[in-house]
Amino acid sequence: MRTLRRYLPQLTLLPSLILVAVTVYGFIALTVVLSLTRSKMLPRFDRWEGFSNYAKVWNHPRWEVAMENFAIFGVLYIGGTMLIGLMLAILIDQRVRAEGALRTIYLYPMALSFIVTGVAWQWIMAPDLGLERAFQIWGWESFRFDWIKQSDMAIYCVVIAGVWQASGFVMALFLAALRGINPEILSAARMDGASAPRIYWHVIIPALRPAFLTAIVVQGHLAIKSYDLVVALTRGGPGYSTELPSTFMYEFTFSRNEMALGASSAVMMLILVTVLIVPYLYSELRNDR
Amino acid sequence: MTVEAARTPGTLQRVLIYAVLLLAALFFLMPLAAMVFTSLKTMPEITGAAGFESNTILTPPQAPSTEAWGTAWQSACIAVACEGLRGYFWNSIVMVVFAVFFSVMFGAINGYVLAKWRFRGDNIIFGMLLFGCFIPFQIVLIPMARLLGFLDMAGTLHGLIFVHLCYGIPFTTLFFRNFYVTIPDELISAGRIDGAGFWSIFFLILMPISLPIFVVAIIWQFTNVWNDFLFGASFAGADARPLMVALNNLVNTSTGTKAYNVDMAGAMIAALPTILVYVVGGRYFVRGLTSGAVKG
Amino acid sequence: MAALSIEGVGKVFGEAEVLRDINIEIEAGEFLVLVGPSGCGKSTLLNMVAGLLSISSGRISFDGQRIDNLEPKDRNIAMVFQSYALYPAMSVEKNIAFPLRMAGLPKDAQMQKVGEVCALLQIEHLRKRKPAALSGGQRQRVAMGRALVRDPKLFLFDEPLSNLDAKLRVDMRTEIKRLHQRLGTTIIYVTHDQVEAMTMANRIAVMEGGIVQQFGTPAEIYDRPANTFVATFMGSPAMNLLDAVVDESGTALALGDLRVPIPPIAAAPPPGTPVKLGLRPEWFDVGGAGEGRVALPGHIDLIEPTGPDIYASVEMVGQRLVTRLPAGTDVTQNTACTLSVSIENAPLFDAQTGLALYAD
Repeated sequence: MRTLRRYLPQLTLLPSLILVAVTVYGFIALTVVLSLTRSKMLPRFDRWEGFSNYAKVWNHPRWEVAMENFAIFGVLYIGGTMLIGLMLAILIDQRVRAEGALRTIYLYPMALSFIVTGVAWQWIMAPDLGLERAFQIWGWESFRFDWIKQSDMAIYCVVIAGVWQASGFVMALFLAALRGINPEILSAARMDGASAPRIYWHVIIPALRPAFLTAIVVQGHLAIKSYDLVVALTRGGPGYSTELPSTFMYEFTFSRNEMALGASSAVMMLILVTVLIVPYLYSELRNDR
Repeated sequence: MTVEAARTPGTLQRVLIYAVLLLAALFFLMPLAAMVFTSLKTMPEITGAAGFESNTILTPPQAPSTEAWGTAWQSACIAVACEGLRGYFWNSIVMVVFAVFFSVMFGAINGYVLAKWRFRGDNIIFGMLLFGCFIPFQIVLIPMARLLGFLDMAGTLHGLIFVHLCYGIPFTTLFFRNFYVTIPDELISAGRIDGAGFWSIFFLILMPISLPIFVVAIIWQFTNVWNDFLFGASFAGADARPLMVALNNLVNTSTGTKAYNVDMAGAMIAALPTILVYVVGGRYFVRGLTSGAVKG
Repeated sequence: MAALSIEGVGKVFGEAEVLRDINIEIEAGEFLVLVGPSGCGKSTLLNMVAGLLSISSGRISFDGQRIDNLEPKDRNIAMVFQSYALYPAMSVEKNIAFPLRMAGLPKDAQMQKVGEVCALLQIEHLRKRKPAALSGGQRQRVAMGRALVRDPKLFLFDEPLSNLDAKLRVDMRTEIKRLHQRLGTTIIYVTHDQVEAMTMANRIAVMEGGIVQQFGTPAEIYDRPANTFVATFMGSPAMNLLDAVVDESGTALALGDLRVPIPPIAAAPPPGTPVKLGLRPEWFDVGGAGEGRVALPGHIDLIEPTGPDIYASVEMVGQRLVTRLPAGTDVTQNTACTLSVSIENAPLFDAQTGLALYAD
């Protein structure tokens, strides 16, 4: 009884710990093991393939497209949200009227599901009835906007929808950081005679470094995971031109019954995330107490 | 505090600032407007048939009709059944209620222990839990499908709730732990001296002051579970499909002509609960987003 | 029999030893103050007595009964915290009633005792308020009320006055002392403020570096400091320590060219031993030597009037020291002067070990 009471706190953690140990760490291990087997529709652990599944995934033309798209999407999505987010945060911080309303408008897409976002943008970018038609009716006869139907441009549609959804979040992040800057530092800078742009460039932007880091990590991690958006917006198409690692994994695991290949691609996604996250988590936790 | 020093813009700059902000607002509102307008139009108006030649996706409906909403709710065809989204809406509600309740309770207690009952290795455990927030869920899909089968929960709503519980706990633990570290330890010490035990301290002393973080955690979990697609698509059987999966099926079925108004009404139905939460608890929603990303 | 005895208690956190071989005994009804700079281990010791921290070695007993393995609630103690630690969601009366509620007392009995305590502390008008609506001094009273309501055998105070402003601090100090006299309970009180220690305690334990430097009555601590740390920590301005050497006669100290007789309370070390002579600032006066006084020529380089006193910084025999002279004393900055100092009670310290050298 006494010992039970003494270890009560740790005991209450136990259910969660077991759940997470199994469903996060156990499952990662299992997926890694599966990636080394010859599993197809069902897992089988009697034939070992070594790393050849990884080689197969790596050399697969669809994976090549997925990685290329991931690079395009990752860079433009992160860059786009950061640029728009930072700009909006700085402008909103200029003591503007209706700040609350503007913030609400910029941020509400974050409350939506990627599926809803995808459905909405699919409609907006539909060439026959969407924006293209709208501009033509408004008088810009030669206006063309049919990227969603072009294999080499469709990925940029995914970027636009993604940036639309997540810029507000980055803005909120930067705005919070801007408001957290010690006003005495700024007073000192102004007293030293620095102009507004100089203050932004030399004092404020450097002070936002932690917010930049957070934004990059969070957005990067979302970019790697993002699956729903592509499914709802383009279903990976035209053809497989908007394939991402996440859709590749799903397709091979559940549609093509190539479980080992699916597992290999999942492991590669995990490696991508880990490279991004672990140094960040480490520094966050180390500075914690 | 606001950035005092760097904001002394002149009139021209003011105009420019408002112009950019307004333009951005239009960009963010445009899809919502397109969705709402389209959902209230009839198909001839949408396709610009005779009488509606000047219609665009951004023109307000000439004769607003809620017919498409009714269709999306109760008679649109999804897969083989033509009963609209309502059944799936109910699935999502049930899923959200249970998944949110359990993940928030677990997270609250975990956070309490990790912040206030320190023990050797607690930081490592916290770090391990935290990593669970960041894994790409693709890495767990295959084993989870096997586990659900093994537990006889494959394809069921129970199974889906279980999945959301597992991957919600890291987030809720993060929220509560970061909230409780800001509460002075002396409060716990005082409780112990006054004779309160582990549970009394939690329920009588900490719970009454934890409302803000409960709101944050509930909003976060609600939006995440409601908006989830990957788990729903991977694990839910025909009877247990959540709304997002149903919506995607509704919109991306390739048979017949596309009923854009019904699609948009469906999307609005799927979006309304989270928009509502956002409007009501916006402040907490933002706090959840930012503290879900970083520590406190 | 000692009410509280702490015997050979130590505490180790990981690799760091924060408390070593603590031995303290107090009688029932005594007011013990643990005083020392931050990080000296005084709060750790208090938390160990409270049972909030485990002890690594030794034993703590109360009325002859070992308590160091008991839960805090079973030790019959109450504690007032630095931040007061009032439960934010509960009203004043609920805060005070909480220990009784946890003990399972019936509701009306709870309210009766709460009423008594509120009357004693004159906070009856605040009963329905939440802590956030109270001033610092009021919170302090509520925290004391919550401690008093259980009628504990031992009260623990952890720097309870440090969050109050200067004036309120002095008032509350008096009030706590009065309460102690009235109720006659045993108290352990932690502070870093040596004035608080001197004014409130029957017993003081001066702590530094995880050990008790000296344990005694306030008079013993002030008049016969055990070492240079205690000598300089207690008293403000701090005691001056002058470097000196025992001269060849063995009966006097050499401070440069100056010869000062070895103070009567000190034991004379062998000739040639480097020592430190402790001189309290208030022992100085202007003017020449007299009975038991030594004249020291010096140069005044800074004067700080405080109202009742003048602090004069004086350079003499190549060393700087601080003197405290009565207001109205005729001293001028940047002038030479002759001061006299009483060495009747001046302690002598070994320069190497810092330990005091007393004759008896």
